[in-house]
Amino acid sequence: MQKFSAFELFRQGLSGQTGWKPQWRSPEPKQAYDAVIIGGGGHGLGAAYYLAKQHGLRNIAVLEKGWIGGGNTGRNTTIIRSNYLFDESAGLYDHSVKLWEGLSQELNYNVMFSQRGVLMLAHTVHDVQVFKRHVHANRANGVDNEWLTAEEAKAYCPPLNISNNMRYPVLGGALQRRGGTARHDAVAWGYARGADALGVDIIENCEVTAIRRSASGAVQAVETTRGVIRTPKIGVSAAGHTSMVLGMAGVRLPLESYPLQALVSEPIKPVFPCVVMSNTIHAYISQSDKGELVIGAGTDIYTSYTQRGGLHISQHTLEAICELFPAFRRMKMLRNWGGIVDVTPDRSPIVAKTPVAGLYVNCGWGTGGFKATPGAAHTLAWTIARDEPHPINAPFTIERFRDGHLIDEAAAAAVAH
Amino acid sequence: MSQTFRAPRGGRIDRDAKLRFTFDGRSYEGQAGDTLASALLANGVHLMGRSFKYHRPRGVLSSGSDEPNALVSIQRDAARFVPNLRATQVELYDGLVAQSQNRFPNLRLDLGAVNNLLAPFIPAGFYYKTFMWPRKAWDRLYEPLIRAAAGLGRAPTEPDPDTYLNQYAHCDVLVVGAGPAGLAAALAASQNGGRVMLVDEQSELGGSLLSSVSARIDGKTAPDWLAATLRTLAANPAVTLLPRATAFGYFAHNMIAITERLSDHLANPRPGAPRERLWQVRAKQVVIATGAIERPLVFPDNDRPGIMLADAARSYLNRYGVKPGKRVVIATGHDGAYRAALELAAAGVEIAAIADMRQAPTGPLVEAARAAGLTVRTGCAITGTHGSLRVTAARLSPLSSDGKLGAPRMVSCDAVLMSGGFTPSVHLFSQSRGKLKWDDQLDAYLPDLSAEQERSAGACRGRFGLTQALSDGYAAGASATGAEEQRHFDVEALEADPRGVVGAVPHDRGPGARAFVDWQNDVTTKDLKLALSEGFQSIEHIKRYTTTGMATDQGKTSNINALAVVADQSGRTIPQVGLTTFRMPYTPVTFGVLAGHARGDLFDPIRRTPIHDWAVAQGAVFEDVSLWKRARYFPQGAEDMDAAVARECVAVRNSCGVFDASTLGKIEVVGADAAEFMNRMYINAWTKLGVGRCRYGVLCREDGFVMDDGVVGRIADDRFHVTTTTGGAPRVLAMMEDYLQTEWPDLKVWLTSTTEQWAVIALQGPRARDILSGLVQGVDLSPEALPHMALAQGRICGVPTRLFRVSFSGELGFEINVPADHGRAVWEAIWAAGQPYGLTPYGTETMHVLRAEKGFIIVGQETDGTATPDDVGLGWAIGKAKPDFVGKRSLARPAMSDPNRKQLVGLYTADPHLVLEEGAQIVASAGQTPPMKLIGHVTSSYHSAVLGRSIALAMVQGGRARMGQTLYSPQAGGDISVTVTSPVFFDAEGTRVNV
Amino acid sequence: MLLITCPYCGPRPEIEFAYGGQAHIARPERPVELDAQDWAEFLYMRTNPKGVHAERWRHTHGCARFFNALRDTTTDQFIATYRTGAPRPDATETAR
Repeated sequence: MQKFSAFELFRQGLSGQTGWKPQWRSPEPKQAYDAVIIGGGGHGLGAAYYLAKQHGLRNIAVLEKGWIGGGNTGRNTTIIRSNYLFDESAGLYDHSVKLWEGLSQELNYNVMFSQRGVLMLAHTVHDVQVFKRHVHANRANGVDNEWLTAEEAKAYCPPLNISNNMRYPVLGGALQRRGGTARHDAVAWGYARGADALGVDIIENCEVTAIRRSASGAVQAVETTRGVIRTPKIGVSAAGHTSMVLGMAGVRLPLESYPLQALVSEPIKPVFPCVVMSNTIHAYISQSDKGELVIGAGTDIYTSYTQRGGLHISQHTLEAICELFPAFRRMKMLRNWGGIVDVTPDRSPIVAKTPVAGLYVNCGWGTGGFKATPGAAHTLAWTIARDEPHPINAPFTIERFRDGHLIDEAAAAAVAH
Repeated sequence: MSQTFRAPRGGRIDRDAKLRFTFDGRSYEGQAGDTLASALLANGVHLMGRSFKYHRPRGVLSSGSDEPNALVSIQRDAARFVPNLRATQVELYDGLVAQSQNRFPNLRLDLGAVNNLLAPFIPAGFYYKTFMWPRKAWDRLYEPLIRAAAGLGRAPTEPDPDTYLNQYAHCDVLVVGAGPAGLAAALAASQNGGRVMLVDEQSELGGSLLSSVSARIDGKTAPDWLAATLRTLAANPAVTLLPRATAFGYFAHNMIAITERLSDHLANPRPGAPRERLWQVRAKQVVIATGAIERPLVFPDNDRPGIMLADAARSYLNRYGVKPGKRVVIATGHDGAYRAALELAAAGVEIAAIADMRQAPTGPLVEAARAAGLTVRTGCAITGTHGSLRVTAARLSPLSSDGKLGAPRMVSCDAVLMSGGFTPSVHLFSQSRGKLKWDDQLDAYLPDLSAEQERSAGACRGRFGLTQALSDGYAAGASATGAEEQRHFDVEALEADPRGVVGAVPHDRGPGARAFVDWQNDVTTKDLKLALSEGFQSIEHIKRYTTTGMATDQGKTSNINALAVVADQSGRTIPQVGLTTFRMPYTPVTFGVLAGHARGDLFDPIRRTPIHDWAVAQGAVFEDVSLWKRARYFPQGAEDMDAAVARECVAVRNSCGVFDASTLGKIEVVGADAAEFMNRMYINAWTKLGVGRCRYGVLCREDGFVMDDGVVGRIADDRFHVTTTTGGAPRVLAMMEDYLQTEWPDLKVWLTSTTEQWAVIALQGPRARDILSGLVQGVDLSPEALPHMALAQGRICGVPTRLFRVSFSGELGFEINVPADHGRAVWEAIWAAGQPYGLTPYGTETMHVLRAEKGFIIVGQETDGTATPDDVGLGWAIGKAKPDFVGKRSLARPAMSDPNRKQLVGLYTADPHLVLEEGAQIVASAGQTPPMKLIGHVTSSYHSAVLGRSIALAMVQGGRARMGQTLYSPQAGGDISVTVTSPVFFDAEGTRVNV
Repeated sequence: MLLITCPYCGPRPEIEFAYGGQAHIARPERPVELDAQDWAEFLYMRTNPKGVHAERWRHTHGCARFFNALRDTTTDQFIATYRTGAPRPDATETAR
């Protein structure tokens, strides 16, 4: 792998930056692999990387129906945090944050992980109770999270409106300083380059059309638009399209796919120092390195694969943004886009074996998949390699829906009384 | 020196109306009808901005919304500041204050231009390859530096005082774009009386006709034809004409979003006048007539101030009466630039040369230029320019048919006008999810298959030229109303060959030469090549890696050239390379107009109870609970919340308190099968509940977790008065309706929300009966007639009441339901009657403490969506004999009967004065370090004035088997030791309610 | 914002409606008799098709009635809306 560094940039600069090699190859698919990952987003590419790096599998292919990183990896608002309530979630997401903290160095690719802090605002007495429960649980789990008063929140994020002229005044917030953002495309590209250097074949424009199973039921091969590929192990990381892919193997999942929109403003000089989230009034905002305000909207109410939603959803989000940051009313929306998020009944992911031997799935991340990229990839790779889950992803099974061992973060944020 | 580049005549500006304005503090004059860009050009100012990355000096490139360079900030007053506006779209007004951006200390001398010197070392994507060592330096050093260098203008700092409007509209035909095609479409569509809306982003309707001086239509000059057409349309009451209105988004089912600028162009807007209006138009049919955008030429040094698009120069001359320079070079691969040359020459601008890349261009415009004696050099490419803050010369090289370049020659000039041809504006069509098709003849993507009820017309579907645009527009407008009508327009104009050039102009310059593709983001052909060489093949990857097309102009002038360069470099055709997605908005849209009126109290509806104003007058402090405002406590004097709550609690326990429970959700369940319906919905058994009796009901979701609770009274055999939590009422009713309508439509049951119909006054305390006795009529309040959990119907203060004897405090209690309109009067009557007893109003906080002392749960506080009835000690409520109810099957899942589930318990702290924080965690042993083994959490925690100590409710694993155990709550300052106890802290025998 | 044709009221904007998820999933007559897997199927498993989807809507801010719709989830175009209890209409398009 051609090393990335300031020195190399300088050296290449002397020859017109013409000496760079492809960051990953564009190989023709082989007839057989030891493992195939379906889905070339950050999760799938990362799983291939960790399989090759830590589990000794080198004969691996990542199959991507479009271009890598073109799904939710490239469509999210890049918020990274691990201040989840339940031990299982905190374990998985904090595993991720720890991997994020060394990822640029691990991959020799600057993913621009910026620990700017994630501030979650409380607007009601009930919010305060919920967030304080998070703070206590997180600290006991070794996850940093602290309570800020409204004034402290304002000091941390100066554009924030904490006056009482708001419909739902800010009563305080929970701050995770280790949280932040990263450059989403770079995550996909960095894992791709790293995996490629370890021999992984990254095959774009290759759509899986069927999964073949042996008489015993185990996976045998995938049929693709670029031919049949034999493999004893398939890991599926297909986000919104997981239902379709698993359906090819006859596996049904408790998933529904919804449109999720996001938008950015025109770029401006630095004005917003952190990430602010308000679940109560639905606002998620940070400022990118390029200067754009990056704003997350909610999901539309109906399932869809169109990668777009209604304007009223963006309007609702901007209402909240303008209420929290009234100086931003005169800012302008530059770009708006949609992704497809796959949601489970308890809004927690599934990273697990499936009832089909050799078939593994990583899905159901809903609106929160980006932050989990390294952790999901890492534990999925483990699960594929050893045919058993890592302790961190062990609770995130499909069977929990049958047995009732749900991990319901959203419900735990609960309802007002 | 003033307006020295203003042509002596011509243009649509008002030459009698002089306007003063400043740019970067310097005063200038312009005319009414100018844009900021045209006024600056009239004063000879081309340098209007600095580029994003290299901070290169930039002049205005275009005359419209495609402008990448001339971005300015406009400051009307301290709060009315807007960054990143295109000077080409800013309408001049007297006193306008404009500032350039992204430069320090000033536009002419910008220290940021050091990036330009570093350019060889900071190519596309350089930041992915460095800034990784040492790791800590990213947060402290590299990222702050990158951020400071990035961004364009600065954000506003003050809250925006302006207002915005929102309007929904329907029409038969929406025409987007009021150029010749759009006008003709509107004419056709409006002839049959259909409702037509014609919208255009410019300040005047007319599109290219506004810049047309030589064409004649139906015997009239273009301006005269335009004026007559607009008169015809305006006279039709079914036609709505909207200038300054940008159709920015095309949504599902023919919903078009339009933003209309109302007051930014005025020198003195009426105070309070709205700034913009959002239109959301549901159109039966849409005609897209959005025209085309001129393509720049991609050649080395193509970004110096003074280099602009040829048709933009025409627009400046013909519409604004401004000359782009004194001596210009025209560089082209398209006929259109000849029209600019001819018109500029006629206005007295010296045409130094027309350099045409084509070997043998022909056609009426070319011939006309030759006939006019202009220097036309065919087979001649522009391969460079000179100048720093303004172009001073163009480098012209002979170009042979096999692509070879001859010896260059420098031609001095003060402006270069370029044209590669025109790219159809398919943005809205593509947003509508229509399929595009590549046209080899026109080198353009054109609309192919529609996904919505729309049709494109004119240049935006490759029908270039006035003659075609008019007839195509008319046919589209007619067919949108179901007619197949053609109309011939008699056009006299020199028509251009629609074909042009795309991609990079060949050049013989060294490797250091930079040919810009995306002006604003400083993406050059070399950056695109770099991305390809690094293995980025998909155009989406190349866009993201190089940022081409991602600037505030969204690649309007750059995308097609970028595609062509990539195709050329990778040996593919443009359709093989593909196309990036067109996304809304077409041009940036103000947050405020999308947020509309939703601010402050109008952000969300406020629900107030009939007693709200009384509580306000008493000085109550309120809390938000869903949409409701609820009185939280009633401080007296300088009391803080704790003091007020302690006083209120004691008053209830010792005498009586009064509480506004009107926010409780209420649902009337009526019908012959009402009891059966209740049996199926709630976990409780209802069949045997007698008329006039109440029962505490618990509702689970189908997954077995507690969803809501509340007291249910049986009013009659076929009638239940169901109460829900304050926030839960809509959810509960929706769930009931769901089951009733879709699972059990055979049940004879009707559901009605009565939340707003009843005011509910909770009178709680040992003296409650004494206070109430004198106020009721026809109700026997005696314990025998109205025992605990009974209800009576009668009158109070002369108005009908449903009087529930229930208690959420553990005291003798009544909940008095009266029609909402009488709520305040009855409340005040009770208040007056209670004065001898020291009746005390109390709020939600005291209500919480009182119920916690009794171990009553609050759904959403003790439960969190993961608790079963048994978890929170409500297993007794389950109707065991019932074959089924919502959630019953789920409660039989293995995980639901795990003895280690979290269960509701009480906690006493070792220190009776220490009040645990709600949300505090519980562990089994002291001194744990993270990650600890968490076994529970505190759900409610208060100081109990009556008990003289703190109490807490908690959910603890296997909690009911832990009675008496010592557990610990880890805190930042160390563990707090707690003892597990019953969740009922006060009057465990329940004697106080039965008096 | 979708334009949804309520079978009782006619075409109305999406904000008048609530979504109800997959249609034609009948609650079992006797849930207690179902084994865990079958119960989980009823509770949680959804077809989530990319293509024609039979789904429930409720005209909450109108007639308040539930009804069913066939919608193509790849385009969001409605193929049909019909009353609860009516059989699923034949869709010319098939799920992809």
